[in-house]
Parts: sequence; structure tokens; C-alpha cells
Amino acid sequence: MQDKKQLITIKGTREGLTLFIDELCSFNEAIKELHDKIIKNKPKKDDPIVSVRIKLGNRYLEDDQDKQLTEIINQANGFKIDSIESEVIRKEDALKWKEDSKIKAINRIVRSGQVLEVKGDLLLIGDVNPGGKVVSTGNIYIMGNLYGIAHAGVDGDRNACIVASYMKPTQLRIADYISRAPDYESDGVYMECGLVDEGQDKIIIDRLQVLSNKRKELSRFERRVQNG
Amino acid sequence: MGEAIVITSGKGGVGKTTTSANIGTALALMEKKVCLIDTDIGLRNLDVVMGLENRIIYDIVDVIEERCKLKQALIKDKRFDYLTLLPAAQTSDKTAVTTDGMKKIISELKQEYDYIIIDCPAGIEQGFQNAIAGADRAIVVTTPEKSSVRDADRIIGLIEKEDMKEPPRLIINRIRNHMMKSGDMIDIDDIVQLLSIDLIGVVIDDEEVIKASNKGEPVALHPNTKSSIAYRNIARRILGETVPLQSLEDEKGMFQKVKKFFGIRA
Ligand SMILES: Nc1ncnc2c1ncn2[C@@H]1O[C@H](COP(=O)(O)OP(=O)(O)OP(=O)(O)O)[C@@H](O)[C@H]1O
Ligand SMILES: [Mg+2]
Repeated sequence: MQDKKQLITIKGTREGLTLFIDELCSFNEAIKELHDKIIKNKPKKDDPIVSVRIKLGNRYLEDDQDKQLTEIINQANGFKIDSIESEVIRKEDALKWKEDSKIKAINRIVRSGQVLEVKGDLLLIGDVNPGGKVVSTGNIYIMGNLYGIAHAGVDGDRNACIVASYMKPTQLRIADYISRAPDYESDGVYMECGLVDEGQDKIIIDRLQVLSNKRKELSRFERRVQNG
Repeated sequence: MGEAIVITSGKGGVGKTTTSANIGTALALMEKKVCLIDTDIGLRNLDVVMGLENRIIYDIVDVIEERCKLKQALIKDKRFDYLTLLPAAQTSDKTAVTTDGMKKIISELKQEYDYIIIDCPAGIEQGFQNAIAGADRAIVVTTPEKSSVRDADRIIGLIEKEDMKEPPRLIINRIRNHMMKSGDMIDIDDIVQLLSIDLIGVVIDDEEVIKASNKGEPVALHPNTKSSIAYRNIARRILGETVPLQSLEDEKGMFQKVKKFFGIRA
């Protein structure tokens, strides 16, 4: 019946719809066809919301194209975008990921008034004294005493964690979460980690062992690739 | 060629001036040629503690602004021929002193003296920068109080950025035995561990120090007080001798275990 090759293939799955967009056609053609198909397949008023996964194959979307695509799906009520997946990323982004996922090993004492900032994970061999501060975009591992402030996932990564041989910090910060030391005199803890507990919506300190359950992908790179 | 040692602390009133006067005096007692420099412009004290106030004619700013020769500004001590003081200015503008000016004075003094002891002002501003500018080594003074230790840590961080011959060394001043025992003061061990620099001396809180500086004669001149012995031991350690830490209590006590922190260099 159709003389033209389909640009958009729709598959229904248990979780919702998966849209495959042909990777060779022009973006405008694809958008046009998508528009028609979406209108045609629009759920009825009382149907449950259908979640949509979009697979782009080897196509890279610019930010505004991404926005255009999202708008089309959203404008037809009843659809919700679950994910937009592409097999390719830009070199620039790849390099940034790589940079962010490196472990920087640094051997020094971070003294009062000093700030040590790194991209990626920080492995500090030495102490963070009271009044000192360490900051990283990824995880922070301290082989030494943490008395000052540690801020992991500073660009917003709530999955980042803070580990220290001994910790009695003034503050722990992970992404936008902050927790501080209690006002009463308390002992520090050995070989523990700080991480955000989603359920309690705050930073908790727990034994290192929990990391193997709660943070399976300690490497930021793996985490980000898997999350798209 | 002599060696310049700056005595610094960050926090005010912890005993920099007292330490400078006493280390200088103790080194002079051991027949070293010593010049003390007061860099606390506007708040000079070292002359008073040394009892030399009435002899001041020129000061360090006069030297820097070339109103006099360096030699003219040096004040000879009453007791020792080779102990002299270069006093701070009391009235002049603080900005007169620069790091280059300091370096020049110190390198000139090094030709003549074995040790140049620089008494640093409190704080981390220009006065501090000037005081450390020409120094080969630094001694950081702290008291066993949190805020003082915190400032010492900050200062150590700043000194580590300069390239001095060796890392700074630590004096813990105004120790009180009974408070240390009852746990109301931070432990010597804990301070040394936190700051992780070598300890070069511990001085008790001693009335004799106050009495002596009121009389204008540093306590190090007195033969038998505990603080005096402590200062003289510090001077010996500066000279490279290995001197164990005296027991500051009559019975053997807590200072025993601190010995391991003495990293005395030969
Ligand atoms: N070991 C000690 N025992 C008792 N009193 C002491 C001791 N050391 C210093 N003091 C006293 O503490 C006060 C402050 O000492 P000093 O002037 O040496 O401190 P400073 O660090 O030079 O102060 P500033 O920052 O104002 O220059 C003085 O009154 C001094 O006599
Ligand atoms: Mg002083």
C-alpha cells in the first residue's frame, strides 16, 4: 500500500510505546511524520498515560531539536516521554565525561582556610583539617581524617558519596544537600561513608559495606553512560 | 652566614613576642650573635619585654626610608654584647615596610649575626607577609585552645607556600597541667597530630614569664624556672642538639609520651 519507506516505526511494549526514528532521513522529515503519527495514535480522553521511549539510532540531536521532539510528543495529551536514547554522543561530551570520571589522587594536608577542588573523583591521601574544604564533581575518598568540609557531586550529582578513614566533619555536602556536625561533642567514625538517602531525603552516614548495594556503579562514568 | 627565623602564630596574644625575646636571649646565653627584629609596626612590644624602650632612637621604618643606616638603628642589649634589637616603628605608616625592604635588611644582618629572630604581628595581612619574607625558617606558636590551633593551621598552610628551607616547627605555649589532666585543654598529642609538623618545645603557663617581662628582663635569664628551662631547651634544639622534653610535672607524667614527636634534625 505504501510506496514510501516508513521513517517512524512504532512498537507497543508492556511499558508503553517505543518509537524508532530512521537514522538516515532528515530531521524535518522525521518530525513531520512523527507529528502525523502521534495525532493518529493519540490515546482517548480517559485512557491511562502512555509512556514513550524514543530510539534515535546513530542520530545526534542538537538541544533545540531535542526540545522540538519533546514538544511534539507532549502536545498530544496522554503521552509522556520516558527516554530519548541515542547511540552516539558528541566528542566534546565524551571528553567531559572522561574528565569527570577520572580519579585524581592528591597527597597533601588541606589546612584551615584552604580549598581543594577537583573535577571527577578525588582521592586525598592526607587530612582535611577543621576549616579546610575539599570539593569534587564526583565522589570523595579520603585516606586520612576528615575534620573540615567535604562537598561531593558539586555539579548536582546526588549519587556521589564521601568516604573517609576517619570522619568527624564540620559539614558534609552532596549535590544540594547539606548536613552538619551535631552541636554536642561527639566522636567521629572510622571507615564510613556519607551518601544521600532518597527515602529520608537527607545525607546519612553508614558503614562502607552499604556502598556495594546502594552505589553499584561507583564510577561516575559508568553511572552516566547507563543513565544516558 | 646567619639564619633568619620568624616567630608567628596567626592569632594574637599567644606569645610570639615573649617567645622571640626568650629564644633570642637563650641563644645569646649560648654565645650566639643574635639580632631581634620587631615587625609589629604600630604595636611594638619587643623593646618593652627586653627592657630597651628608653634607648630607641631610630626604628625599622627609618632604615627602610633611609633616614638612617641599619647599624644606627640597632640597639645593643644591656646584658649581652651580641644581642641587638631592631625596633618597630610606633607612629609611622604601616605601608612603609615592604617584603623587598625586609629581605634587604635581613640579608644585610645575616652577614653579621648567627641568628635573626623576627617577631611577627598577628594576622595574615601585609605585616605577616613582610615578617616571613626574608625568613629561612618559621616557628609557629600556639596555645592549647581550639581557635589558636585553627589559626596556627592556617598560618602553616600559608608558610608552606613560601619556599623556606624546611617546614615550620611548633611551640605549644601556656600549657596548664591541671587543665590538661582534667581534659579541659586539648592534648599536646592531638595538636601535634592535627598540625603534623615537628614540635620544638612546650612552655607552661608561668607567672614568672609575666613578672619577668614587666621588669624588662626575659625569663630565660633566670636559671631555674621551668619556663626558662623550656626556652633554653628550644634554643638548644634550634642549634641542632637533641634535647628530650623535660617533665613539666614533678612526678613523671603525660609529657613522656610526647617525646616521639620530636623530630630533631642533626
Ligand atoms: N608561657 C607563658 N606564661 C604566662 N604568660 C605568658 C606566657 N607566654 C606569654 N604570656 C603572656 O601573654 C601575653 C601575650 O604575650 P605576647 O605579647 O608575647 O603575645 P603576642 O603573640 O606577641 O601578642 P600580639 O599578637 O599582640 O603581638 C603577655 O602578657 C605575656 O606575658
Ligand atoms: Mg607581639
